[in-house]
Amino acid sequence: MSEKKFSKKHEWVSLDGDVATVGITKHATELLGDIVFAEVPEAGKSVEKEGQAAVVESTKAASDVYSPISGEITEGNKAIVDDPSSINADPEGASWFFKLKIKEKGEFESLMSKEEYEKFCKDNPN
Amino acid sequence: MEAQKTALYDIHKSLGAKFVPFAGYDMPIQYKDGIVKEHISTRTFAGFFDVSHMGQFFLEGDETLTDALEKIIPADLRSLKINHSKYSFLLNNDGGIIDDLIVTKTEKGFCIILNAACKENDIKQISQFLGKNHKYLLNNELSLIALQGPKSVEILEKLIPGVSNLKFMTGNNFNYEDDNLYITRSGYTGEDGFEISISNSKVEKLINFLISNEVKPIGLGARDTLRLEAGLCLYGHDLNEKINPIEANLKWAIAKKRKDIGGFNGWDKIKNLFTNGSEKIRVGIKPEGKIIARENTKIFSADDNEIGLVTSGTFGPSVNAPVAMGYIKSNFAKVGTSIKLEVRGKKYEGKVSELPFYKKSYVK
Repeated sequence: MSEKKFSKKHEWVSLDGDVATVGITKHATELLGDIVFAEVPEAGKSVEKEGQAAVVESTKAASDVYSPISGEITEGNKAIVDDPSSINADPEGASWFFKLKIKEKGEFESLMSKEEYEKFCKDNPN
Repeated sequence: MEAQKTALYDIHKSLGAKFVPFAGYDMPIQYKDGIVKEHISTRTFAGFFDVSHMGQFFLEGDETLTDALEKIIPADLRSLKINHSKYSFLLNNDGGIIDDLIVTKTEKGFCIILNAACKENDIKQISQFLGKNHKYLLNNELSLIALQGPKSVEILEKLIPGVSNLKFMTGNNFNYEDDNLYITRSGYTGEDGFEISISNSKVEKLINFLISNEVKPIGLGARDTLRLEAGLCLYGHDLNEKINPIEANLKWAIAKKRKDIGGFNGWDKIKNLFTNGSEKIRVGIKPEGKIIARENTKIFSADDNEIGLVTSGTFGPSVNAPVAMGYIKSNFAKVGTSIKLEVRGKKYEGKVSELPFYKKSYVK
């Protein structure tokens, strides 16, 4: 698998061939607080770059999760739907949100590197 | 206008609080542990809440003060014994709820605890009924600390002997650090506990004692999940000036004597509603599965007619399920009725539920 890339909306993406895995960052989970609900897309659904793809809710509020990359969903992670608190525990590992078959690799390359994302979070603390 | 701060602001900061603007104050929404852990530690051990943004409104006067207050508060204040408290409200001419409150009879008059966002208007509304011989003061020199949870009594008794003798919804004066404290056995979480009125200059010392006894600080986030599990209303969400106590399912808080004799704002309307019932009523709601039906979620009948609106909804950490409250047409209010909840454009099953979602017994 490739190194992770990051979006300004606090999603991470990793790429394995033409299949991308998307989740929310640790920074995002810290902003959200305790996660108590997650909804993931069904396989076969098309998503656009920066289009709404999933939902995550904390005790405080509901937030949309966007796909940083366009493509067709191949799998939603049912494990996080069954146990939403696992997203707080391992957001950038086992608790990914969905996988998708991407259309353009260029979209992936244009996302932020880890260093760029860390700087972005520092400059935009909320 | 710059946000106001309570006397404990720096302590909250040192405890890792995340602040949010609330009713003109910068208040902690949560601390390091997060809402769910704060919620659970309140239910299983004890937590403290800084509720100093709430109004501590003191009134002094003779019998005529009682008469004046009874025009806007439907509690039986005349029969209220010294150091006894009642949950009640301020009512407008239409019977709508201006604010909900706790009123305690004191030796010289009454103390009323008012919601932070409403307190200035409340005082304006109350003062219309007061006479020249009535004195009143919103005391900003006092902090208010809620200590809630099953270990509260054991911990507070160590510091202030005698508090364990207080019964639910009663209070008394206690001495602490050469200062007079007024402590009531009450709260808004569904747990046993106390509300402690203490000078701003002494509150830090009290908090340090609680922290040294493993009591956790609890923010507004967990305060909301706790009160919702306990089926208690949050003003500005579940209650407002257009909702009357019958609709709010709070008719138990109107004293029987007052209901029969009247003499308070909105009595005509309320008396009529007592007899005929209201068109809509506040109910508990349990969504299916894990779906959270938040404030303003539309409620539909099983055959898809719109029948109401959710006013509070979240995930209840102790019941380990989503919980909500809302207003629904009265003919659908029976516990167990199947309803639908529209979340993100999709309808999900739900049921009208009993309140509270979480039950504990108070010390009576």
